[in-house]
Amino acid sequence: MQKQAIFQSKLLPYALVAPQLAIVLIFFYWPAAQAVIQSFLLQDAFGLSTSFVWFENYLDLFKEPAYFEAIVRTFFFSFAIAVSSLSFALLLAVMADRPLRGSTLYRTLLIWPYAVAPPVVGVLWIFMLHPSLGVLSRYLRAGGVDWNPLLDGNQAALLIILAAAWKQISYNFLFFLAGLQSIPKSVIEAAAIDGARPMRRFWTVIFPLLSPTIFFLLVVNIVYAFFDTFGIIDTMTRGGPGTSTVTLVYKVYTDGLLGGNLGSSAAQSVILMVIVIVLTGIQFRFVERKVTY
Amino acid sequence: MANVTLRNVRKTYPGGFEAIKGVDVDVGDGQFCVLVGPSGCGKSTLLRMVAGLETVTGGEIDIGGRVVNQVEPADRDIAMVFQNYALYPHMSVYNNMAYGLRNRGMAEAEIKTRVEEAARILELAPMLERKPRQLSGGQRQRVAMGRAIVRQPKVFLFDEPLSNLDAKLRIAMRVEIRKLQRRLNTTSIYVTHDQLEAMTLADILVVMNGGQVEQIGNPLAIYEKPATTFVASFIGAPPMNLMSTQPDEIKSQLGSNGRATEAGILGIRPEDFVITDQTPTGGVALPLAVEAIERVGAETFVYGSRQQDEERVAANPGELPPGDVIVRVPGTEAPAIGQKIRVAAVREKLHLFSGDGRTRIEV
Repeated sequence: MQKQAIFQSKLLPYALVAPQLAIVLIFFYWPAAQAVIQSFLLQDAFGLSTSFVWFENYLDLFKEPAYFEAIVRTFFFSFAIAVSSLSFALLLAVMADRPLRGSTLYRTLLIWPYAVAPPVVGVLWIFMLHPSLGVLSRYLRAGGVDWNPLLDGNQAALLIILAAAWKQISYNFLFFLAGLQSIPKSVIEAAAIDGARPMRRFWTVIFPLLSPTIFFLLVVNIVYAFFDTFGIIDTMTRGGPGTSTVTLVYKVYTDGLLGGNLGSSAAQSVILMVIVIVLTGIQFRFVERKVTY
Repeated sequence: MANVTLRNVRKTYPGGFEAIKGVDVDVGDGQFCVLVGPSGCGKSTLLRMVAGLETVTGGEIDIGGRVVNQVEPADRDIAMVFQNYALYPHMSVYNNMAYGLRNRGMAEAEIKTRVEEAARILELAPMLERKPRQLSGGQRQRVAMGRAIVRQPKVFLFDEPLSNLDAKLRIAMRVEIRKLQRRLNTTSIYVTHDQLEAMTLADILVVMNGGQVEQIGNPLAIYEKPATTFVASFIGAPPMNLMSTQPDEIKSQLGSNGRATEAGILGIRPEDFVITDQTPTGGVALPLAVEAIERVGAETFVYGSRQQDEERVAANPGELPPGDVIVRVPGTEAPAIGQKIRVAAVREKLHLFSGDGRTRIEV
């Protein structure tokens, strides 16, 4: 069997990859290049003149306290979303990984949230927890909680974390379930015969064997929390109240599109790009070097 | 130190499938019991029930005088060696062996003594710090054995522990296991589908088929007096020749043999045939057309057909089944393919069974 395809015409192979290349170039490299160029430029308020300012946009950014707050907030969100989503997904996966009546239905339902677009997730949670419209808000207030995420920044942050973590549970659940099912049953049986009770079995045998999956998911979840939460934030809080739910990505949007400060917005995009590159690098370095036992 | 007694043990799966249909076995203290049978006969299920990994749906399992039907695997004081070894991949060899002891809260100093002793017996001492993936198949097998012996349990359970090893290593480990078991004098139950392993290891051999016990006993006694045609064809290699007693040639020869007329099936082991022109008194002689020869060095197997139809033999030998009868002859001297020979077996070497093969008939 010959694996290499041989083309009669020299142009055909190029023509075949051209559409894909065009998409990548137009929608990825071109905007990225634009952002890099833009980040060195400063425009006047009326867009009449543009001047090249070297790193001034970046320097301004690091002098701005709001930017630092956004960095800290973004890391906090990522951490909270990743940890809560991962641990809850692991709990569900452990419970689903055994013969259960109707387990297929149960698993299918658990996967559904992954198919919901982030803005829709935001709207769903707003329906439940909006201070005046929310179905659950009434009970919360009846229970003595002063629930108003539109005014209380911490509550708004909690809401974002809840919604974002909820959506990611499905994805994590799938990987955890697959991970659990790939652990040989006899190893767990051997541990049972060796006198390990279920909890001890989990922490000394199952959890260590899942660690490659956990690490992979941790990176994926952080990237998700950094970038894909935009839709959730935009529909739920629009970064408010105040700036209490403005993450790095949301700040790019507010400063650039709403504030019109294209230079600063572009500089922020470039910084985000660097973060993505670093995270991808970590993922390749640690995950691709497969941890096999 | 314990005996293991199974009393009318049954296993019915929720779907209604009956995997074990009432098994009674009594393994004495320090004895080596081997469960043997074809795949799907329920031998592994039975072992897992003794281990506590499968629930018991009927009957009683008794280990050392205590009915353990409802006892957790951890509390049965047993150790098991799995087919795929089931080592903890993330732990070193030392920790693999120490794990079961730590779970029972043993002091580290005592654990160290026991693990080092086991490592010495099993020649694992130089690789205590290695991970299972850095070991060969035979070494992993020994770690699995070590994990079992450090616990000093009442009973060892082996679930086809040698089937993942190559033929040479399998024989070496077989001898090791037997020596180790003699030395520790621990009651053992061993599951295998390999009749040679079963014959060489067992004090008590349990031949299983279709969820039932076909025969229990000393391996040689089973070889000499198989209770059913299933046992007759399963124990011994190549298998016993089984033929209907109906053809006139056989019927007339058996006529003088007491109850032989009740028999429907006649069995003769390949090694009990002699190539001869004489018919021993009370014995059986058969004319054969030689179809195939297998020389394995010390012995030769002759595959012959009792078919009298010369044309069939001559025309298409390749299409025929290997022949109705296998005859073992010592050495490498053998008749040529296509030659007509006569083989005979003495009366003492005949096995007679009822027509359904379920009962042995003594003549």
